[in-house]
Order: sequence, then structure tokens, then C-alpha cells
Amino acid sequence: MKKFTKAIIFFLAIVAPLLIVTVALRQPPRDNSQLEALRAGYPVRHQSGVDHSKMEILQKDFTNPHEITAACLSCHTERGVELLHSAHFAWEREAFIPGRGVTYLGKKNLLNNYCTGVQSNEGSCMKCHAGYGWNSKEFDFGNPLNIDCVVCHDNTGTYAKATGGGGYPVMGAGGPDFKAILGSMGLPKSENCGNCHFLGGGGNNVKHGDLEMALLKAGRNVDVHMGVDGAHMNCVDCHSAENHVMKGRYYGVSSTNDNRLSCEECHTGFPHQKTILNEHSVKVACQTCHIPVYAKVNPTKMYWDWSTATRKKDGKGYEIKDAEGNQIYASIKGDFVWQKNVVPEYAWFNGTADHHLLTDKVDTTQAFLKINTLFGEYRDRNSKIIPMKVHRGKQPYDTKNLTIIQAKLWDKEQGKGALWLDLEWERAIEEGMAYVNMPYSGKHDFIATEMYMPVNHMVSVSSEAVSCKECHTRENGRLASLTDFYMPGRDRNEWLDISGKLLLIMSFAGIVVHAAIRIMASRRRAMNHQL
Amino acid sequence: MKKHKKVYVYQGFERFWHWNQALLIFILAITGFEIHSSYKLLGFETAVEIHNKAAWGFIILIIFAIFWHFTTGEWKQYIPTTKNLMAQAQFYLLGIFKNAPHPTQKTLLSKLNPLQRLVYLGLKLLVIPVMVISGLLFMFYRYPHGTQIEMINIDNLEIIALIHTAGAFAVMAFVLVHLYLITTGHTITSNLKAMITGWEDLDGVETDENDNDDQQTKTTGNGSE
Repeated sequence: MKKFTKAIIFFLAIVAPLLIVTVALRQPPRDNSQLEALRAGYPVRHQSGVDHSKMEILQKDFTNPHEITAACLSCHTERGVELLHSAHFAWEREAFIPGRGVTYLGKKNLLNNYCTGVQSNEGSCMKCHAGYGWNSKEFDFGNPLNIDCVVCHDNTGTYAKATGGGGYPVMGAGGPDFKAILGSMGLPKSENCGNCHFLGGGGNNVKHGDLEMALLKAGRNVDVHMGVDGAHMNCVDCHSAENHVMKGRYYGVSSTNDNRLSCEECHTGFPHQKTILNEHSVKVACQTCHIPVYAKVNPTKMYWDWSTATRKKDGKGYEIKDAEGNQIYASIKGDFVWQKNVVPEYAWFNGTADHHLLTDKVDTTQAFLKINTLFGEYRDRNSKIIPMKVHRGKQPYDTKNLTIIQAKLWDKEQGKGALWLDLEWERAIEEGMAYVNMPYSGKHDFIATEMYMPVNHMVSVSSEAVSCKECHTRENGRLASLTDFYMPGRDRNEWLDISGKLLLIMSFAGIVVHAAIRIMASRRRAMNHQL
Repeated sequence: MKKHKKVYVYQGFERFWHWNQALLIFILAITGFEIHSSYKLLGFETAVEIHNKAAWGFIILIIFAIFWHFTTGEWKQYIPTTKNLMAQAQFYLLGIFKNAPHPTQKTLLSKLNPLQRLVYLGLKLLVIPVMVISGLLFMFYRYPHGTQIEMINIDNLEIIALIHTAGAFAVMAFVLVHLYLITTGHTITSNLKAMITGWEDLDGVETDENDNDDQQTKTTGNGSE
């Protein structure tokens, strides 16, 4: 019986704890059912209920693009009015911004850190407007016939707007084949979106860094959603639209926390097997871990210094390219810095933003001017840490009136003050400021600027997600700049740590001394005993 | 003069509890200080996982231990007393070197000397509860609720984290000294043997019957020769 007890005690004391530890540490088998269901849902191809090539009204020989819109609206009777209110056409949104009240802001009137703004340059910029004929302030935003339906719905990939045409395509000979194009009309493809959203800022990947032409052909290693060897999703699979209002926000132009697109809509709030990862979502956006780098294929512009523009060689403008072929200087634009495989910077963001307006004063005491401001902090329940591209640069400003300068950059011909043609600042500034009805003191300089662009695309495969230690580390972690909260593994109280270590050292020293005296005393006793 | 008697001092559960607690504290310390970025060993992710699981093991063990303490009345072992407190301190500081006898006699009814009573009581009533509560807050300041993750109203983890860190240092200091004091029994290994087998040579006679209060005076010898 006693032997039996010993065996039981042995089991309880040694084997049972080991068993418990083993069971506790056992990894549960991966359960991918949620992801598999999503994957199974996407290959279902959208079957259009209409074959536009069978529509007689679309087979005419169009000489005027407005007539195309009229033809579209003859069937889709209510879509025109719908479009008039969409951001793709109006280029502004109604938004309440604390401190400003109700505002109407958008690409139409906002600044950006690239070409400063569209005003006075409409003829060129409106190549990316979903409309026809926005050449000047006189453009009629209330006329549905000014809408360009084709630019988004062409499924042949052959439609193109003319350069410097204020949004018009070339018509007739040398123009696109409208019979084929109108016959193909359907849901937008990624190519349609990409024509503007990939090429914005003057070239491929210049602006966003996470949106570029390579996404059309790249694999899952670049973008896990759009990868041709994966789900091969289209932009509109996520950026769905109701009455032409697309889901998703870009905070270079948006200000409010609504109609945002979130990963959770498909992936739910519990996408991970490990609860602790799901729990991170209280404070950390999915993108923060799942987009470890952006600009994975082609470089993106990180810095744009307008102050060096207008330099000439032999009386002419010139450009310099680096070894990879990136333009690092252009007389018409200034100096650039390009980067590839960029590690994002991070910020707290609650979905609301403010923007520096043309009428706002420049604060020259600050190290740099924020073109846009993303609101958020740790204590704010709606804030999460997001990854962003920070685009830095130098923009012209009026040193007396202390406002950012909107220069005239583009015109069809030389001699009208366009910077890109005449390479002369003063005239370009005068023309531009006159266009926006702003005074110009005659004195300008350049001010350092930053623009914050949340990174949402080029989501990596899960195995490449940011690992714990990249943030939970003492020094140089990814979140080193976000200091308004305590993060285990990164933060500590130095005094507490020093005191704690001292306590341990003193305890140990005390033990050593005590033990030494004990040993010596016992030896002496033993010697005395022998004597 | 020697009145030794082999006595079954530590019951099965007591030893089971003690050694598992030792193991868990060891695991919690190793992983905890890695999470604190004091060193690299298992990797942050693994360390967190093990730390959280060991924490649950620790809590379960504590619940059983509390039950055991109350049902067996063993909790009375921790009632603090000032009697012989100074004598015990003097023993550790001086007497022990002269091979003086332990001022407090270990009996079944009083296994702990006055210093031990104080320290263990502090551990049980202060340090461990503080560690468990701050640890639970760490784990559950955000938690799954329905289809989303909810959060309790904590503006800053810092105070919780610092308390947890301070507690960890305190426990580590305790463990260090505790390990050393194992060697201060009748023989170097007698305390260790007792906690492993449950049996220990105790001084005095009729240990089971002895009253707590009149033992100290009876101490006449020791078994260290």
C-alpha cells in the first residue's frame, strides 16, 4: 500500500505538472475555415445583366463626349444626379471639422505636398477628374452631362483622357475606339482606378507608395488581396459603392470618420487564432502589423523640395536621374528623394483630420508645417495606431502674408506665367495667387512641410507580418516615436529597475557574506573540537 | 540530551503545492523578465504565451492552496507573533555562526518561526495578491466580448506595469533569500529533505501534544554534529 502511495505522490508531484504544462503549451491545429470561406466567396465572377454592345444608342459615331454621357443617362436616368454628389466628380465633401465648423473641402481646393494644389492648373490636373471640361473656375458642377462615365466603366482598358485637355478625351481620328469601349461598359476594373490612383502626383507610385501599376500583375508577395496568384481581387471588391459613393477614405482630402473601409468587414474582429493578437485590435489597426513595408516593387517619392526648382543649365531646364532611373532633380519641380521597401511611420488616428488651407496662416516658429493633421492619441477610445507614409518637402510661402503659395504650374503655352514652361517663380506665384484671389506680398520663401498619408494597401502575407519584438523592444522599435503610453518590453521605469536590481544584488551579497562567515565559523569550531 | 523524533511535517498536498508554486514562480520569472526586455531567451511571443499560461496555473494552484489552508486550519501557522521575533533575528545575525540552537522550535503546530510567519504572511497577503491582480488587469484590460474586443476604463497601463515589475523584484529577492535559508536547518539539507519527503527530525518530545507557547524554553540541543 505504501509503495502505491509513493507512486501516486510521485505522479502528482512531478508527472502531473509536466503533463499540465505540455497540454497548456500544445498548439491547437490551425483553423483556416474563416479565411477559406472568404477565399471561396471571391472567385464568383460578377455576371452583368446587360451587354452594352447590344445597345444601339452606344453604337453611334460620337463626336462630343457629352453626348456619350447623355446616352448613358438615357437608360441610367438617376445616376447622373448621384454622380454630381460623389467625391469623384465634386472633388469636395461636406465635413464638420472642430475649430472650423462645416467645411466643403476636397481636391478641388485643398493643398497637398506634391504639386501644392490643382487651382490654376485645372487643364492638366483634370486628366484625373471624372468629368469633361474642367478648365477653369467656370466649370459647371451641376450639369450631369459634364460627367465622364467612361473613365471608370470602360472595360477594354483603352480609354484615355487627353493630356492638358481638362478631362476631355481625344475625339475622332487618333482618339479611343468608342464603339468597343462603350460596348464593354461594366464594373470598374483595377486598371480604371489605377489610371488615376496609381499615377497621381506625376507618375507611377509617386504619391501613395502602396498604390501602383505593379499591383495589376504582382503576386501575393506584394499584395495578398490583389495578387494574381491569389484571390486576384479588384479595387471595387473592397471599395464597394452604393449610389456611386465609394467606401474608403483618403485623409489627404477627407476629414471625417465615416464611410471608412475596414479589414474587419470581411475578416471580422476575431481574425487571429490567438486571442492576444485579436486583443491588439483595440489599439492597433490591422494595417500596422500586416503592412510591414510599402513601395515593394517600385520606389515612391518621399521628399519634394520646391526651393531648388527653376535652376537652368545653358539657359534651359534640365533633369537629373539616379542610377535606377529615378528623377532626382527637375528644373520644373525641384529635388526629389525616392525610396523603395519603405518602413511606415506610425501615428494614433481616430479617423478625423484637419487640413492646412490656403487661407490659413503659416506658423514659422514650428519646425515644419503640417499639410494635413491626423487626430488621435492613446487615451482616445476611437484611436488606433496606423501605418503612414510621411511625405516631406518644402513648399513656397508668402513671407509677409504668411500663407502657402499656390503657384501656377501649367499652361498650354509659354509666356503665360506657368512655372513648368517659363521656369520663373515670381510670375508663376502672381498668376496662381491671383487665380485663387489671395494677396501676394512679392516676397516668398520655402517652408518645410509634412503630409501624412495612411498606408492601407500592399498587405503582406501573414508570415511576413510585423513580429512582436519589432515593437516590444527597448530601443529603436517601430513604435519608438509613440510615447504617450506604456508598452511592455519597450517601456520601464529606470529607477524602479535600478532599485530592483540593487535589491537583488544586496540580497545576494548578504547571502554570500552570511554563508562565508558560517563556513569559517564552522571550520574554526571543527578545529577547536579536534584540539 | 538529544531528543529527536522523525515527524511527518509537510503533508502531501503541502509539498505538491510548494513545489509547483516554486516551478511556476521560476517559469513566471524567466518569462516575465524576458517580456520586460531584460534579456533574450525564448523569444518575446513564446515568453508571453508561457507567462500567461503559467499565470493561470498559478491562480488555480492558489485557489487549491487557499482551500487547503482553511480546511486544515493550517492558515493559523501564519498568524504573526512578536514573541521571539528579536531572538530569531539575533539567531540569523549572530547565533547561527556560533552554532547556537534555533530559538524557535519547529513543531507540527508551529512550523514557522516568527520571522518566517511575518515574511510568508506578507507574501500571501500582499505580494502575491498584488501580482495576481495587476497581472489580471494586464491580461484583461481589453477582452473579447461578443463579436468584438472591449476594454475596461484604463487610461494608462503604466501604473499597473510598474506595480507588477516591483512585485516581481520583491518575489525574486524573496526566492534568493529563501533558497539560502534552506541550508540553515539542523543540517544543511534537513529542510530540503523535509520539503521533499515530508519527514523531518524535530527536537523535543511528544511533538504532537506540545503546546505552541512552552516550547522555546525546552530547547537544549541540536543535531548538527
